[in-house]
Amino acid sequence: MTTQVAEQTTSVIGTRMKRVEDPGMITGAAKYIDDLKLAGMAYVAIFRSPYAHARIRSIDTTKAAAHPGVVGVYTGKDFEHLNPLPCAWQATGAENFVATPRALEIDRVTFTGAGVAAVVADTRAAADDALRLLEVDWEPLEVVVDVEQAVAEGAPQLHEAAEHNIVMDWHCGDDEATQRALAEADVVVEQRLVNQRLLPTPMDVRGAAATYDHATGQYTVWMTSQCPHIMRLLMTAFVFGIPETKIRCITPRVGGAFGTKIFLYPEYVLMAALAEKTGRPVKWIESRSENYVATTHGRDHVTYVKVGANRDGTITALDAKTYANLGGILSTIAPGIPTTLYGRMLSGSYRIPNIHCQVLGVYTNTGMVDAYRGAGRPEATYVVERVVDLVARELELDPVEVRRKNFIPPDAFPYDPGILAGLSYDTGDYEKALARALELVGYDDFRAEQAKARSEGRLLGIGFSTYVEICGAAPSAWIGTAGQGWGASMWESANVRVHLTGKVVVTTGTQSHGQGHETTVTQVVASELGVPVEDVTVELGDTLGTPFGYGTYASRSAAVGAVAVYHSLQRIKAKARRIAAHMLEVDVDDIELEGGRAYVKGSPATEKTIQEIAAAAALAYDLPPGEEPFLDDTYYYDPPNCTFPFGTHVAVVEVDPDTGEVELQRYVAVDDVGKVINPMIVDGQVQGGIVQGVAQALSEGAVYDEDGQLLTSTLMEYPMPKADFMPRIEIDRTETPTDVNPLGVKGAGETGTIASTPAVVNAVMDALAPLGIRHVDMPLTPERVWQAMQQSRS
Amino acid sequence: MIPIALTVNGVRHEREVEPRTLLVDFLRDDLDLTGTKIACDTSVCGACTIHLDGKAVKSCTVLAVQADGAEVTTIEGLAADGELHRLQEAFWERHGLQCGFCTPGMIMTGVELLGSNGDRLTDPEIRRGLEGNLCRCTGYQHIVDAIHEAATRPAEVTR
Repeated sequence: MTTQVAEQTTSVIGTRMKRVEDPGMITGAAKYIDDLKLAGMAYVAIFRSPYAHARIRSIDTTKAAAHPGVVGVYTGKDFEHLNPLPCAWQATGAENFVATPRALEIDRVTFTGAGVAAVVADTRAAADDALRLLEVDWEPLEVVVDVEQAVAEGAPQLHEAAEHNIVMDWHCGDDEATQRALAEADVVVEQRLVNQRLLPTPMDVRGAAATYDHATGQYTVWMTSQCPHIMRLLMTAFVFGIPETKIRCITPRVGGAFGTKIFLYPEYVLMAALAEKTGRPVKWIESRSENYVATTHGRDHVTYVKVGANRDGTITALDAKTYANLGGILSTIAPGIPTTLYGRMLSGSYRIPNIHCQVLGVYTNTGMVDAYRGAGRPEATYVVERVVDLVARELELDPVEVRRKNFIPPDAFPYDPGILAGLSYDTGDYEKALARALELVGYDDFRAEQAKARSEGRLLGIGFSTYVEICGAAPSAWIGTAGQGWGASMWESANVRVHLTGKVVVTTGTQSHGQGHETTVTQVVASELGVPVEDVTVELGDTLGTPFGYGTYASRSAAVGAVAVYHSLQRIKAKARRIAAHMLEVDVDDIELEGGRAYVKGSPATEKTIQEIAAAAALAYDLPPGEEPFLDDTYYYDPPNCTFPFGTHVAVVEVDPDTGEVELQRYVAVDDVGKVINPMIVDGQVQGGIVQGVAQALSEGAVYDEDGQLLTSTLMEYPMPKADFMPRIEIDRTETPTDVNPLGVKGAGETGTIASTPAVVNAVMDALAPLGIRHVDMPLTPERVWQAMQQSRS
Repeated sequence: MIPIALTVNGVRHEREVEPRTLLVDFLRDDLDLTGTKIACDTSVCGACTIHLDGKAVKSCTVLAVQADGAEVTTIEGLAADGELHRLQEAFWERHGLQCGFCTPGMIMTGVELLGSNGDRLTDPEIRRGLEGNLCRCTGYQHIVDAIHEAATRPAEVTR
């Protein structure tokens, strides 16, 4: 079988190289969590609460335990000795009232889908059958689902410590100055914006498997994860109270995650505990419905925003009060999303001198809410990009001109927006990306076309999103305990080993779940060392024998992970030069190392290949005095700043005046993610992200009824996009390298999701402008748009 | 338990199955052909698409007993004699996959869609043809490109 990935064997950074991980995936050989089979493995099914808020009076396991094939039935009381799961990111500067899940809940549940009992059986079918024989005596309690009702007087109290169900009351910016500026502004625009709850929906659901060795007390846990080292740390240090060395976490191929697999889940803990209890390898794979009720959700903000501006469109103040629904119980980093990653990005790509943001994190009887692709920045971008359009509408200005008037100019970088707690936007040229997008979409002609359409009664609209985002998280001293509430650090590790044969093995703590990290890192290695692509192996996903690393999220795997690899390679190269100098009997300063060869300056024929140097280093028969054998280096890279990708997205829509149906006619995206390592991979990331973000604008939304039942609980009800969802996306890029890291890369995994949602909503509102419609909350389904049109007409 | 006999990827298998066993579970659990995936439980996502007597079907909608006597091809059986199918090549070339989880089903549907006149397929025809297969990563554009690309490559001998 052909497995040639690139025409040139030593690929350089910036080229379109086919992915090294694909051969397994296109032939069915790649192994995901449910493909794991262990000898003697038993299967676990979890009994989940049918109530959104209820006390557990008792659980009768007799009938279930007697079912043929059942190994054991367990309830929360069997795991009382384990600590609740930790909340590892608490909003800084606010009092946080933390309530987190247990392996299985013991007394009370606060959302539909919380696990309360587990059946272990010889087959999956037997476990599922026995689940139906469990008898739970429930005492249903009063339920609150709506975030604003939850903080109102008289609402049921979910957790004792959290008065009015408030997890935290967090502020950033200058309240007083902002109120003053609003009072002095020529115009003040106010709007309530709902950023609805989404179901992230990776195609591969969550799963975990575990074994326990009674002789050594050693657990091995396989899990769907974006960060196996963090999983191990949280499980050992916080839940089990044992040394890190007692658990090995392995992450096989992960079929998408979009944030949901950053978190430590009760089921992962439960599998380790059940392996110990039963003495058998155990495996649990959730169903899609379990994925929808029990895996984390995303977004779910209600925001009241006020923006002040001068008549010429200059924005002078922005005040946002946001209710962030965090669900019935806190997921691993839930409070960090609507605070650090949301409130601190409310300046967008604009110079806004006065900003204040208040975020109330709120408990409700709904599923857990945590990071979902973009995580806080889509919510911030939605607020900022919508209000810029509202200001333009109010002042009868072109939304493009209002953006230009307020843009942070290229010479203002590094730019401190005043709310980033000490960080500054690294580099940017917002006008350049905007200009290219306007050119691609043909904006000069669009308004005339729109006027003609309007005269014919057609509702044609255009919408912009000139976003900026924060990624490449993060400087440890900023994000860590002393700074932004994440209770650890956020550097990244890389280990590079050049074996005796010249083959290179790289490990990093980041964890691919579809982004193609093996390929991207291979390109960095092949470029730096000048070795063939085929000679590079990238190993991820096993805590055994790999240096600690923080994992993949916040678009950090290139800007932090690949940069760690780059730094490690520089030390490998320095050592290779020293050894080559010794071999060639010249001074090290006379050695040039490029294209996989070390040669004497001015005498290129006198050379040693990197493979010859690796062999000399490994054999160590004749090394420079004091030189350690082997080309092996581990680097821990802690970036000095985050990175700030930006760009302009444009949507063109036409709304059917009779049905309210939105037809997305064109979508143009001009992104600037700094230097690009593999343009093919970046295109794929951008396209996929855009479709997810457009889906929020037009179709997706989790729906709970007033009893806390999730009505969108299967893929039959949850309208994730199909192949005919939208037209071909028109993509281009500008390239403004970051000065934060030597690769110049910023991060490309989330830009599409962050940028696209407001572009589409702005376009629909522009289309509906002749009807006097200013705002309709997402998703802009035909029904909602039709209702808005009916109201405006009556 | 009910005895069944069927040919999967050219190999004949005789097994006994519970009447309720779905074909997808039979392929994955009994025959260890785990390339075929499960992602929705409601016959929506198409990750379990295989070829049953030459037609692309969702193997979660078929009982194993219904496949008695049938010829089944799964993703593992698509590459003939170590040579990738032209659509596998095209998915690789055009970056038609990211996490790879929907990919086996997507390719099995795509192979049927290519049929004998794949070179005449338009974008909308391909997009409609893929409506039974969900992908969360790619936004579908590169998948559509991969099917166009495959159509330009010589067809393999039909098996």
